[in-house]
Amino acid sequence: MKRFATLYEAIDRTTSTNAKVAALVEYFRSAPPADAAWAVYFLTGRRLKRLVPSAALREWAEMLTGVPEWLFGECYAAVGDGAELVALLLDALPHDEVEFDLPLASWVEDRLLPLAKTDIAGQRANVMRWWRVLPRTERFLLNKLLTGEFRVGVAQTLVVRALAEAAAIETTTVAARLMGDWTPSDDWFATVLAPATGGADASQPYPFFLASPLEDPLETLGARSDWFVEWKWDGIRAQLIRRAGQTWLWSRGEELITLRFPEIAAAATHLPDGTVLDGEVLAFREARPLPFSALQQRIGRQRQLAQIMRAVPVVFMAYDVLEQDGRDLRAEPLCVRRAALMQCVPHAGVLRMSSEVNEPTWDALATLRAESRARRVEGFILKRLSSPYGVGRKRGDWWKWKIDPLTIDAVLIYAQPGSGRRASLLTDYTFGVWDGDQLVPIAKAYSGLSNAEIDELDRWIRRHTRDRHGPVRVVEPVHVFELGFEAIAPSTRHRSGIAVRFPRMLRWRRDKGVSEADTLEALKRLMG
Amino acid sequence: MITDTPRGLFCEAGNFYIDPWQPVGRALITHAHSDHARPGSDAYLCAAPGATVLRHRLPEARVETLQYGATIAIGDVRVSFHPAGHIVGSAQVRLERAGEVWVVSGDYKRAADPTAAPFEPVRCHTFITEATFALPIYTWDPPASVIDEIVTWWRLNRDAEQPSLLFCYVLGKAQRILAELREHAWEPIRLHGAMAGVTDAYREAGIALAATERIAEGTRGKALSRALVLAPISARGTPWMRRVPNASTAFASGLMRVRGVRRQRAFDRGFVLSDHADWPSLLGTIEETGASRVLVTHGWSDALARFLAERGLETATLRTAFEGEAGELAPEPEPAA
Repeated sequence: MKRFATLYEAIDRTTSTNAKVAALVEYFRSAPPADAAWAVYFLTGRRLKRLVPSAALREWAEMLTGVPEWLFGECYAAVGDGAELVALLLDALPHDEVEFDLPLASWVEDRLLPLAKTDIAGQRANVMRWWRVLPRTERFLLNKLLTGEFRVGVAQTLVVRALAEAAAIETTTVAARLMGDWTPSDDWFATVLAPATGGADASQPYPFFLASPLEDPLETLGARSDWFVEWKWDGIRAQLIRRAGQTWLWSRGEELITLRFPEIAAAATHLPDGTVLDGEVLAFREARPLPFSALQQRIGRQRQLAQIMRAVPVVFMAYDVLEQDGRDLRAEPLCVRRAALMQCVPHAGVLRMSSEVNEPTWDALATLRAESRARRVEGFILKRLSSPYGVGRKRGDWWKWKIDPLTIDAVLIYAQPGSGRRASLLTDYTFGVWDGDQLVPIAKAYSGLSNAEIDELDRWIRRHTRDRHGPVRVVEPVHVFELGFEAIAPSTRHRSGIAVRFPRMLRWRRDKGVSEADTLEALKRLMG
Repeated sequence: MITDTPRGLFCEAGNFYIDPWQPVGRALITHAHSDHARPGSDAYLCAAPGATVLRHRLPEARVETLQYGATIAIGDVRVSFHPAGHIVGSAQVRLERAGEVWVVSGDYKRAADPTAAPFEPVRCHTFITEATFALPIYTWDPPASVIDEIVTWWRLNRDAEQPSLLFCYVLGKAQRILAELREHAWEPIRLHGAMAGVTDAYREAGIALAATERIAEGTRGKALSRALVLAPISARGTPWMRRVPNASTAFASGLMRVRGVRRQRAFDRGFVLSDHADWPSLLGTIEETGASRVLVTHGWSDALARFLAERGLETATLRTAFEGEAGELAPEPEPAA
């Protein structure tokens, strides 16, 4: 694990992406392939299935260090990361035993994975022994692997860049090889670095191509006739694969979600073999999507599926065809791919095509866009008719032209420390609106303030805390913020009776007093 | 013996304040940091080794001094100063009246520091302790190993022709680092202008430091590509930063113990070097004082007070006008219910 720890330190000790990539390249070239395979696995955000109960590390650390549970909680508020917190506390223990270094792959395969089949006493004995022998960084990494929160400040795109550089192949080839389900091994790592050829795992999706937010005026896009326009649906972006007589549905988060949407899988059996569609999973009824919160019920729940399938019907709204008859169409222009899509996907049914919006001018589109909220869509997607299907978020060919968010003025009522890099700063805010003479919480938001504003607010909150419930501070209701959000829906889970989607802070309204904040009633009127 | 007032800690029997936040008649000063030594009081008393720096910070002030360990009577109270190990001349204040002894720690640390006399435990009945880093996650490595890390970082950057920009507090931390680097530095260490004056005051007070050179107007780029530069954190985000383009940045502070704090501020490196006591030192020191009552102030005072109370000590938290060195004057809220 030493070599992996050295890689981690090299990545962690610089904010330069080039330096990070250089460290990764060096590691991928020199590490044993099985180790490198596991390193890719962890660095790209994959995690081991839970090996020990989630509270176990904390309990064992409390046992070893004598830190009481409440104090552990205080420390958590300062650190914001359980694995790191345990590692910091363990520094108090003598580090008086050593053992020979084991490669990362042996650590994972011979020590960590078998934990799942070990009883709790055995788990505890093992983990405590490893804590004693491992140096500081490796102890921290062990905790990270055990808790599964392996975020170390390196984006997947950097790992892809480094692998491509180490193997002297295209980043798209590497990205495709990293998608889907794979088991880390020396053989697998060899296939990642292999020179590009055809032949891939049948389940493997393509990397998604993403639209960028449209910031410049429409006129900069040129002629309307160069563009294909469709609604921006608000669901789960997904890829539907029909190959070798089987079906796979992948979310953009590279999660296999086939089993959660059996009706989509059933409809896909009618697709010709060798078809890959890009589209959106939507909760849909009577020609209109249901609010996103309805779809969330389908994401969360796997039991009582039949019942929830009736309550929340879904469709797969196809945008694009990436593969037809086993042939990769991504380099073809969009107009060619749309024609191919029309051949295999109908306009109605569980599997349906996202229809083109035909308004002939940018002005006409702008007028129609005003209906977005009523149609439960987020605006338009604009795609250049000549565009290939690219990789990642590459600007220029695909734009999302979203509607402006709904806004309200709300009062800051609670604050608590953020996690990760925001630990020790109070950056998780809860906002309330008036219900009679009470402020009821309606949204939590974390983003939208500058670092200077975060610092200022942090200092203010610390001096104006009225009450504390664990890490949550009740603050004096003084500051008003303009919040933006995408949608609002009824909710039985929230005290206010409503749930807002994607809330974020747009502005600190220093010019407004709390009495000028919005009311719950006004908020409910925004519900579509 | 001491009460907590809006102006700060007040000793009625001697009619003086300790580290008052607002102008008073007589102020006893534990050390020269701006959250402890405020301007405007009529008379100041500090430990003798701290006088030069205090006068540098408060040029208008009437400063009297007292040697460490020497006792004077102020009103009914016998007063003495004892080394606190925080920065040059930092002192704990011992107060004795009718057999009862109080000690106000000010800020303190137990780790070695070539610029400050080592902390001296003083037996007392009531101990007022700081709690800046009073959580068990805060434990410090020996300073020598942190200095080694800094030197290694500088050397690697130098070989890559990349400036090493180390942020640290202007008063205390910077000079501690300069004193530690005296044996290691192969060329003068460059100083941001804001650090030059107080560094000179340290030399005037007789403290040996590594050679330094104030960065002259117009110096930038190539001239600093192999240099170690010390600068206050407030220089970040200012045009001054253009003088050290592409620098590797680091911050020397106990705060750097937590990875998320370093990453939130986007420092390449964090060197865990603090002028405050870590958790084991706080607990050890409190035990050594033999105090049965401990009043806790600054930082994580609630946590330390509760921890001590669970171990049978009488405790309370004292409010402070300051949260660390943020330097704003609004008072802390009352402790939560």
